[in-house]
Amino acid sequence: MKHTLAVLVENKPGALTRITSMFARRGFNIESLAVGATERDDVSRITLRVDCEQHSLEQIEKQMHKLVNVLRVQELPPGESVERELALLKVAAPASKRTELMALAEVFGARVADLGPDAIVFELIGSPEEVDSFQELVRPQGLQELVRTGRIGLGRAPRGGKPRSSQQVMV
Amino acid sequence: MKMTGADAILRTLEALDVEVMFGLPGGAILPLYDAMARGTTVRHVLARHEQGAGHMAEGYARASGRVGVAVATSGPGATNLVTPIADAWMDSTPLVCITGQVRSFLIGTDAFQECDITGITIPIVKHSWLVQDVEELPHTLMAAFHVASTGRCGPVLVDVPRDVQEAEFEFSLPDSITLPGWKPPRRGHSRQIAAAAAALATAERPILYVGGGVLNAHATDELLALAEVARLPVVTTLMAKSGFPETHELFAGWPGMHGPKWSNWALNKADLIVAVGARFDDRVTGKVSAFAPGATVVHLDIDAAEISKIRHADIPVVGPLKGVLAELAKLVKPDLVEGRTEPWLRQIDEWRTQFPLRYREDDSVLKPQRVLESLQALTAGRDDIVWTTGVGQHQMWAMQYLLCDRPRTFISSGGLGTMGYGIPAAVGAKAARPDATVVCIDGDGCFQMTAQELATAVLEDLPIVVVIVNNGYLGMVRQWQDMFFEERFSQIHLTQTLPDYAALARAYGALGFTVDSPDDLDAVLKEALGSGRTCVVDARVDPREHCFPMIPAGAAALDVMEYPAEEKVSA
Repeated sequence: MKHTLAVLVENKPGALTRITSMFARRGFNIESLAVGATERDDVSRITLRVDCEQHSLEQIEKQMHKLVNVLRVQELPPGESVERELALLKVAAPASKRTELMALAEVFGARVADLGPDAIVFELIGSPEEVDSFQELVRPQGLQELVRTGRIGLGRAPRGGKPRSSQQVMV
Repeated sequence: MKMTGADAILRTLEALDVEVMFGLPGGAILPLYDAMARGTTVRHVLARHEQGAGHMAEGYARASGRVGVAVATSGPGATNLVTPIADAWMDSTPLVCITGQVRSFLIGTDAFQECDITGITIPIVKHSWLVQDVEELPHTLMAAFHVASTGRCGPVLVDVPRDVQEAEFEFSLPDSITLPGWKPPRRGHSRQIAAAAAALATAERPILYVGGGVLNAHATDELLALAEVARLPVVTTLMAKSGFPETHELFAGWPGMHGPKWSNWALNKADLIVAVGARFDDRVTGKVSAFAPGATVVHLDIDAAEISKIRHADIPVVGPLKGVLAELAKLVKPDLVEGRTEPWLRQIDEWRTQFPLRYREDDSVLKPQRVLESLQALTAGRDDIVWTTGVGQHQMWAMQYLLCDRPRTFISSGGLGTMGYGIPAAVGAKAARPDATVVCIDGDGCFQMTAQELATAVLEDLPIVVVIVNNGYLGMVRQWQDMFFEERFSQIHLTQTLPDYAALARAYGALGFTVDSPDDLDAVLKEALGSGRTCVVDARVDPREHCFPMIPAGAAALDVMEYPAEEKVSA
């Protein structure tokens, strides 16, 4: 089962290494990982995607919590969070194929980030699943290069009444 | 007050009431040693190898219940600390390592004696710091001691570049420590503790399964009180040995691979296991799926990550053991408990009688078990003995035959199983307990790994008694090759006579004794124990002897192999 974890860490040298080292040492696999700034200068947010059983997930959360630089670990439950990914795709685009490609891009809301005589670089922001679909559709057209940022996520904005905060890990 | 970073390190250690540090100087840590020469109240013990310094700091920590401090230079000095750091990590020993680092502007250039020690040690420290600004030094050191000794204890490392040690700044101790991500639990959840008490109130065959956490938590009094009020049998792991008085009627021995059959049966046939600062290590459980199949598990631990890591905890309680045990004892109503566990205690006692420790007695040769039996007999009732051990057969025999009634009197490398731990740990323990007679039970293999620290013991006036259970082999490896590799002995023969251990001891300025007959044993041990000097007793024992009982790796703990049945019962 796949899980998305949002981890807030102190913005200190080595914080990321300590987390990835813990995963390696305890035999857990990271499927994707994205690190970036947050609303606070001294805090970074790591979004981790892991594929593991519930028991391992609990271990991962608890072991991460023991790291001195880790401030908070949350699972982002599907349906209660917003998850996005940015992809850049360089696709072979001879003149004869362009119209078809542009139509496909429009369906997904992909932008043209760069255009050359033989290729187009598309930029797509969407849910990781949308990115998967677009990637598979353009692949037969001649997908030359692909880069994805890895998924990032946030708990959804509170609705009226009870706030729908994602579950905080017990420590 | 204006001072250098090196002076600030010492002023901070002094403010933290550090009594002693163990170390060895070198280039990148020269400014700190220069500051020592200018004066400090912190005693420095000069080791002969940084690994020795690290294990001394561990031995000190384990004997005193305080944080151990080891100091080394950059590069090889720092990498020599890796084994003690890993050892402290596995055994949750509070340890602060201070290492020198090359000057800041040289970091990353492959400079002389440069090595990324913070990187190397990431998987085996609770946390580490590379100090880049001298202004941060006092806070970093205070944070290091705090992290090492709070929550689940363990090692931390502070790496200080030489220029940071030399830099001058206005020194002041911070009023408080800021560590926003470090929040160890302060108390156990009272509802969970009540649930644990309720489980105790209905169990027929409850048992306390105690790990090293009870010593780190300074909770041995609370443990004793709980055991007595609820009339619970107690097994202690190797790490918890001495955490519960071993001559107490409720003491039920040591579970695990070389624990007595009756102890393993008591733990595995229980209907309620209360794990106290223990981690269901594979050496205790044997085959996990067959471990204590009928037991409900209450797990008390300060580390949430230990809960249900190996064995599902039906009732977890996360918190400091001292408070948790005290609260639990308060909830146990003696009138409800009255007499309920007595049949179970009688059952365990029957097993104790039925399955005692045994070995083949033979007057013509010195049996290794006999060495430990004699040491126990010669020291019984004394409260000023501290034991340390190496790792292997001798360690297991020490666990089986030495009875420790006072906390922190048995110091051994458990999780990492570090051969060579015994001698330096003994030196550190002696620094913590100058009043005590510190005895290292060693193997001949272990002895040769850290024997150089005899020089430290002699010259630093930290006398220790080393008893080598010398069978001339890497004995535990020999046992495994004999039992599980069809007697194909491979690279295990060290010989019993080379080196001449007594002569080597004398070369170090210690007393050396050789004994190979049961008749002479007691006299030699008495002389060594009473000498007040560093001694090495080379006890040449029967090399054929295996350590039993034994649960073969991967077997169920209930299937304990005993000493071959035809042998008669000893003691």
